[in-house]
Amino acid sequence: MKSAEEIFQILKIEFGNSILGLDKDTPTEPIISVDPLQIHRVSKFLRDNPDLQFDSLMCLSGVDDANGNKVKNADGDELIEGGTLSVYYNLHSVSLKHKISLKVSTSRTEPKVESVENIWKSANWHEREAFDLLGIFFLNHPDLRRILMPYDWDEFTTEVSRHPLKKDYKNPEFYQGMKVPY
Amino acid sequence: MYQYFYDLTGNTILATLIVAVFPLVNVLIVALIGVYLERKVSAWIQDRVGPNRTGPFGLFQTVADFVKMLQKEDATAKDIDSKLYNIAPVLVFTGSFAAYAAIPFSSKLIGSEAEVGLFYVIAISSLVVGGILMAGWSSNNKYSLLGAMRSAAQIISYEIPTAIIVLSIVMLTGTLSLDKISNMQTAYFWNWNIFGGAEFGIAKFLLIPFMVVGFIIIFISTLAEVNRTPFDIPEAESELVAGYFTVYCGMKWAMFMLSEYGNMFAVSAIVSILFFGGYHSPIGYLGNSLGIEWLIPFEQAFWFLAKGWLFILIQMWLRWTLPRLRVDQLMSLCWKYLIPYAFVNLIIIGVISLL
Amino acid sequence: MALKTEHMVLNMGPQHPSTHGVLRLELEIEGELVKKVTPHLGYLHRCFEKHAEAMQYNQVVPYTDRLDYLAAIGNNFGYALAVEKLLGIEVPERVEYIRVIMAELQRIASHLVAIGSNGADIGALTPFLYLFRDREHILSIIEETCGARMLYNYIWIGGLSHDIHPDFVRKTKEFCNYFKPTIVELDNLLSYNKIFIERTANIGVLPVDTAINFGSSGPTLRGSGIKFDLRRDDPYSIYDRFDFEIPVGKGLMGIVGDCWDRYYVRIREMEQSLRIIEQAIDHIPEGDVQSAIPKRIKPPKGTVYKRVENPRGELGYFIISDGTVNPFRVKVRAPSFVNLEVLGELCKGYLVADVIAILGSIDIVLGEVDR
Repeated sequence: MKSAEEIFQILKIEFGNSILGLDKDTPTEPIISVDPLQIHRVSKFLRDNPDLQFDSLMCLSGVDDANGNKVKNADGDELIEGGTLSVYYNLHSVSLKHKISLKVSTSRTEPKVESVENIWKSANWHEREAFDLLGIFFLNHPDLRRILMPYDWDEFTTEVSRHPLKKDYKNPEFYQGMKVPY
Repeated sequence: MYQYFYDLTGNTILATLIVAVFPLVNVLIVALIGVYLERKVSAWIQDRVGPNRTGPFGLFQTVADFVKMLQKEDATAKDIDSKLYNIAPVLVFTGSFAAYAAIPFSSKLIGSEAEVGLFYVIAISSLVVGGILMAGWSSNNKYSLLGAMRSAAQIISYEIPTAIIVLSIVMLTGTLSLDKISNMQTAYFWNWNIFGGAEFGIAKFLLIPFMVVGFIIIFISTLAEVNRTPFDIPEAESELVAGYFTVYCGMKWAMFMLSEYGNMFAVSAIVSILFFGGYHSPIGYLGNSLGIEWLIPFEQAFWFLAKGWLFILIQMWLRWTLPRLRVDQLMSLCWKYLIPYAFVNLIIIGVISLL
Repeated sequence: MALKTEHMVLNMGPQHPSTHGVLRLELEIEGELVKKVTPHLGYLHRCFEKHAEAMQYNQVVPYTDRLDYLAAIGNNFGYALAVEKLLGIEVPERVEYIRVIMAELQRIASHLVAIGSNGADIGALTPFLYLFRDREHILSIIEETCGARMLYNYIWIGGLSHDIHPDFVRKTKEFCNYFKPTIVELDNLLSYNKIFIERTANIGVLPVDTAINFGSSGPTLRGSGIKFDLRRDDPYSIYDRFDFEIPVGKGLMGIVGDCWDRYYVRIREMEQSLRIIEQAIDHIPEGDVQSAIPKRIKPPKGTVYKRVENPRGELGYFIISDGTVNPFRVKVRAPSFVNLEVLGELCKGYLVADVIAILGSIDIVLGEVDR
């Protein structure tokens, strides 16, 4: 059983600059920010370290932070430029019964995060979902396809209507000849 | 029967047709009442009410269904092999209907008193396998195909234990004629084959346990031959949707159902002829004690139908109680248990009958 | 010359009698032997997470009903707990007790459907209807309290939509007494049925480490023999006050972690739920169930991940608040969604008929998988 503070210290010693910070002001467990291109190494360490043993990934959520500039494009749609997309990892150790949350932020224009699929298999579909709904690319993911939306959604939609959970998402006019806005 | 109508009409074709009407009517009635009973029995078993809207106690529900079925459009999928697709239900129905030709309903109501009746019934009911395979293949549907393959494997396998038990009865009675087998078990129920046959002696008592085993084996294997739960894997609805008739609709589908219920009655009839005295009454005839000759055939028909329906009810009871076996378990039950037991049973019965 | 052979691809679903909704399984089969299973989801996707962003916090509650529609109270419960944690409010004792009793009643109702449909998939249709008859008692108890039979919208943030009915305590006790012999009947009818055991024992074995790695939870995890129940291991509400056991799979009929174990864990869990209800039902304190409901729900900035033990496993709500009246992001960690992932692993090398049995033993609800 380790507190978030201790886990943060362990990680900081092991990985140095890849661990970006510790956010303590949340009602749930404190959140440790990690470099998106180091998350695989960090996760592997978290799972395999005998003091930590985070053997289970409870939840993996993609989030659109919507912290960029709002601009209008030619069609009058409000778009968000710049800013970040984030992925939150809620980890849990079945054997040691402690919890921790990780967070990685990646740029909105080219969202790339390392996949943790081969560490926790449960990440597979969660990552597909984050890719599907937010367009975050998970590097080294074995099967990065859409999961909830139709596989051919891209063929019928434009850039703004590709990933529905983005804050600047617009419904497409038609999908496969069916009118979408009702 | 045939002779009677031939004498009456003086025309072979007419007489044949009239004789054929009886089993046809019987199949239709069996299907109508069978479907109704299946619904009611399953409802009673499952703590439900069952059909109760169409007519008194929902009696006309199946009639209404039948009328609906007649009106239905004969919708077919695009890439079916239409020749085989259309022949299949006819073939399946023919197979189950033709078996009735040799089944004696009473001493006066027999389609054909052929000497090889039992052999004929087993042979002709194999037509059903061909029909099922045709249906599964021509439907161009993977569920149908899987169902048909399962069904063919199952029916052919389970014919073996059936045939072995039939053989042991034939050994005992020395005839293949269903009418003669029935007549050997006349008078009272202790003369039935399941109680060792009519001949009184030490052999009769020795035979009883082996006859019971034989009856159980033939009952299980006929259950499998007519695709009833726990052996309904060819049409296992939770796996294969509806098995080999998944894509059939309307009257063609109804023919499969008709033949299923026809088969149910046919195998029940065979079992009751082989082991339970066929059309003979277990407790003597009212016609004999009252001295009314013409009453006896009617009484016989009553007893025959009663025995048949009893077995159908048992089949339904089993269906709504037991889960379904898996295809490999079904095969191992047949090949590892039923066939060896049936063989041993055959040998023992053979030895005892030599005594 | 060797004949060229190919695997046959069988599309099971989205319309199929036993995929429990609109799941599509792409089976690669060789004869009847399953070589590969690929689930395709999304046929019931209703954009819950997108909708939630446009709603105020209390307006999301009815939407959570539709996730796992067989255990709607559990969904309400988890969501309410998450937002209450975000708001930092305490709810009255009476509310806690009623919530726990309702959640346990709902767990029994949900397990009844799970067990029944598992049996029906294997061909035993009669137990299915018996279990629905018993479920009806629970539904009428809840209906009397909150007016709905399936989608209750009962547990609100900080309270409940209705106080319990005056007859509630009596009827719940009656149900407990009625239901105990029914479990025995069910055991005799289905659990120890030879054919049922043949069909489920040693089928779809899920080892513990695979289960944990795949994030399985609920009966699917416990069937593999590990005592992990959030009511005990991460207690929420007032579950720490009650005495109950956590049933686990022991491999009574085959290997630990087979379909039969997962099935059996559910039956034993219903008994434990009855125990909790019986402990709680006599101690409901007096009070107002709506006193703690905030007039205006505007949580401070922050994130929360709250998880509860739903009948199907760990239901988690990950909520980000940006300090406005609308949630910034609501992510649902749906137990069925995660449990379904392991299906491909479980089905390899079994027969088509086993796929149905395995799927039934995992017990998914598509409303929750697709959200």
